[in-house]
Amino acid sequence: MDWPTLWFVLLGVLLAGYAILDGFDLGVGMLHMLVAKTDHERRLVLNSIGPLWDGNEVWLVTFGGALFAAFPEAYATTFSGFYIPFMLLLNTLIFRAAAIEFRSKVKSEWWRSFWDVLFSAASFGTTLLMGVAVGNLVWGVELVDNVMQGGTLDRLHPYALAMGALAVALFAMHGSIYLYLKTEGELQERIVPWMWRTFGVFNGLYLLVTMATLVARPGVTRHLQAYPAAWLLVAANIAAVMNIPRSIFKGQAGQAFASSTFVVACLVFLLGAALYPNLVPGLPGTDGMTIYGAASSQATLKLMAVVAGLGMPMVVSYTAIVYWTFRGKVKLGENAY
Amino acid sequence: MDVLLLSRLQFALTIMVHYLFPPLTIGLGAVLVGCMTAWWATDDARYEAMARFWTRIFAVNFAMGVATGIVMEFEFGTNWAAYSRYVGDVFGSALAAEGIFAFFLESGFLGILVFGWDKVSRPVHWFASLMVFLGSVFSSVWIVIANSWMHTPAGFHIVEGPSGPRAEITDFWAMVFNPSSMERLWHVWSGSLILGGAFVCSISAWYLLRDRHRWFSEQSFKIGLVVLTLASWSALLSGHQAGETVAELQPTKLAAFEGHFHTEAAPLWLFGVPNLETQTVDFGLAVPGGLSLLVHMDPNHVMPGLLEVPPEDWPNVGLVFQTYHGMLTIGMFFLGITTLGMLLWATGRLFRYRWVHGIFVVGVVPAYLGNQLGWISVEVGRQPWIVHGLLRTDEALSEAVTAEMVASSIFLFGTVYTLLLVVWWWVMNAKIQHGPEEPEAPRPDGGLIEAAAGGRLADGGH
Repeated sequence: MDWPTLWFVLLGVLLAGYAILDGFDLGVGMLHMLVAKTDHERRLVLNSIGPLWDGNEVWLVTFGGALFAAFPEAYATTFSGFYIPFMLLLNTLIFRAAAIEFRSKVKSEWWRSFWDVLFSAASFGTTLLMGVAVGNLVWGVELVDNVMQGGTLDRLHPYALAMGALAVALFAMHGSIYLYLKTEGELQERIVPWMWRTFGVFNGLYLLVTMATLVARPGVTRHLQAYPAAWLLVAANIAAVMNIPRSIFKGQAGQAFASSTFVVACLVFLLGAALYPNLVPGLPGTDGMTIYGAASSQATLKLMAVVAGLGMPMVVSYTAIVYWTFRGKVKLGENAY
Repeated sequence: MDVLLLSRLQFALTIMVHYLFPPLTIGLGAVLVGCMTAWWATDDARYEAMARFWTRIFAVNFAMGVATGIVMEFEFGTNWAAYSRYVGDVFGSALAAEGIFAFFLESGFLGILVFGWDKVSRPVHWFASLMVFLGSVFSSVWIVIANSWMHTPAGFHIVEGPSGPRAEITDFWAMVFNPSSMERLWHVWSGSLILGGAFVCSISAWYLLRDRHRWFSEQSFKIGLVVLTLASWSALLSGHQAGETVAELQPTKLAAFEGHFHTEAAPLWLFGVPNLETQTVDFGLAVPGGLSLLVHMDPNHVMPGLLEVPPEDWPNVGLVFQTYHGMLTIGMFFLGITTLGMLLWATGRLFRYRWVHGIFVVGVVPAYLGNQLGWISVEVGRQPWIVHGLLRTDEALSEAVTAEMVASSIFLFGTVYTLLLVVWWWVMNAKIQHGPEEPEAPRPDGGLIEAAAGGRLADGGH
């Protein structure tokens, strides 16, 4: 494996870490107002991700930093090419952080409702925008001298929007299962129908987006055809998707969560397989930007691999410590949100 | 307005709002570790109440720092794509290291620090506070290294990249220890501790004036005063050190700091208004030969003036001069009030004079201002270069981004940040008004456990 490929894989790992971890807390945000009715319940929902959401978001920040370091051309091209969507994304991320931090600081009904609405809307918007960005990458963009062409409206084509909707359904489903695991009693019972609904919508959109991709962009399966063993992973992904309703039905939410985690990771892997060796694919028939055309010098990629090799085991260990500390059902402590 | 000016304005707006928070969390983080250590060592519940209070304040500011910080990381790519292509190999690496080494550490342990009071043991909780503080320190290390490289680039060479020439690392450690990085880091830490110390002093002095939370505010005031005193002297020394490097490597910037137009022995202006027409400083008061003396230990030493380079290579001299002198004046103000505070403390009169407390209550404003002014002077002073001597700011913009797009995002950030700052102000005010909890003082003849046991025995006796 060459160095740009190694970094392509490492970025995939960071993106998968982000999608799995922030995926459930974005999902919790989207369901916040739908499942929790009283102030106490809403605080429980908020605190189920309270100590964790910030660490989860760091996966995105580190993904961005690693993209900048390893593939500066791709970082520059995509971030400037998605200017308005990314500005909106930054603001939805700000609103989410502010809503979590400020909601419970003032005991007033309108204050709390305001931040509740903002929290849900910002979680929805964040997920949708990230899905739209992924949709644009799979679809391909028009590049001239490494500069993305077209305006903001060109980023909002039906395929990208469908991918955005798929991301919303996926994270909502993932978040509903997480929330089921963290809650109890009446609140937990109210989450059950949402696990079914989000699964249903996800399943439908997943089929739709998969078919659209295979019809419009058949090239995405070229690596799977070259390495038939990779179809095993596709099969495992389908089995994991089917295991979600089975586990929910049997009341084994832990297994359902493990399955949805696996599905999120598989989808990121399939995204990588669809793109490689492109980072920013062109429209069909045109050249895109490959990892080789986007990479930093080999010396820097090696150096950054050392940094990742030193840092990531530490990251995994603190993530484990934090999740272990806050295991079990959510309770409202003195410093809770 | 053109896309260059708009992009610079947006960066200035977003970084200035962001920089209200990180220096406070670094400075307050140090105070917090002190409180946690005191609590662990003495088992005095009043230190626990102190740690809990500062943790609540810390958490709000930390969240604001995170929310406004992600913007900064994205903006290099969104608004400064040509810059990102040029420096990604070098600058991106420092940013990635910041994510891996610092952000995970601080945000992971922040959860335990804020929510772990009833969940983890005291040593683990103390450790979490230390890790959060270290995380914020590591973060400052990497970002200041990256920024210093833009001022004094080192450890790189220029090669042809996919979209034209770009910088690539040749010597990682030379990049990390570039000529200005360590002294600027020292200066940034000094500024952060000034803000942390002044912030703690301000809130404590306000309680002292209201005669509330007496024990808490006296203890906190002393801690804050010690931090502020040491940090003020440290800022002076590190500032002097950094100034010598600027004199050597960025003489045009130093000339702009001091309004020094002609190559001759340089005076030290206490205040004034640089006049670009006459190439002198108007309405000013100067120590003749003062700058030459400070930098070269010789009042007659000839120092290069702005006129050494053509005016298109000058920064905005008026802005740089005023912000730089504003920062210096604020530095002198802190040296003055901390000396006063220390003298009063040494003579046992620290809590006697209300006017002294009044000065410290408002002292937090110049602390915020000094941090902001220092950064404005140093970053505007680097102009017209985005990377000193290598890449000009007007060559660094995003090819795909128009002035209308930047204008709309400035409007968006302006609105959202205004709302955010109003809410932040309100919530901080509510927390400060509420104040710390008031636990019982331990009895002088024994700890809490004996007191509790004694109480139970007494109950049993009746």
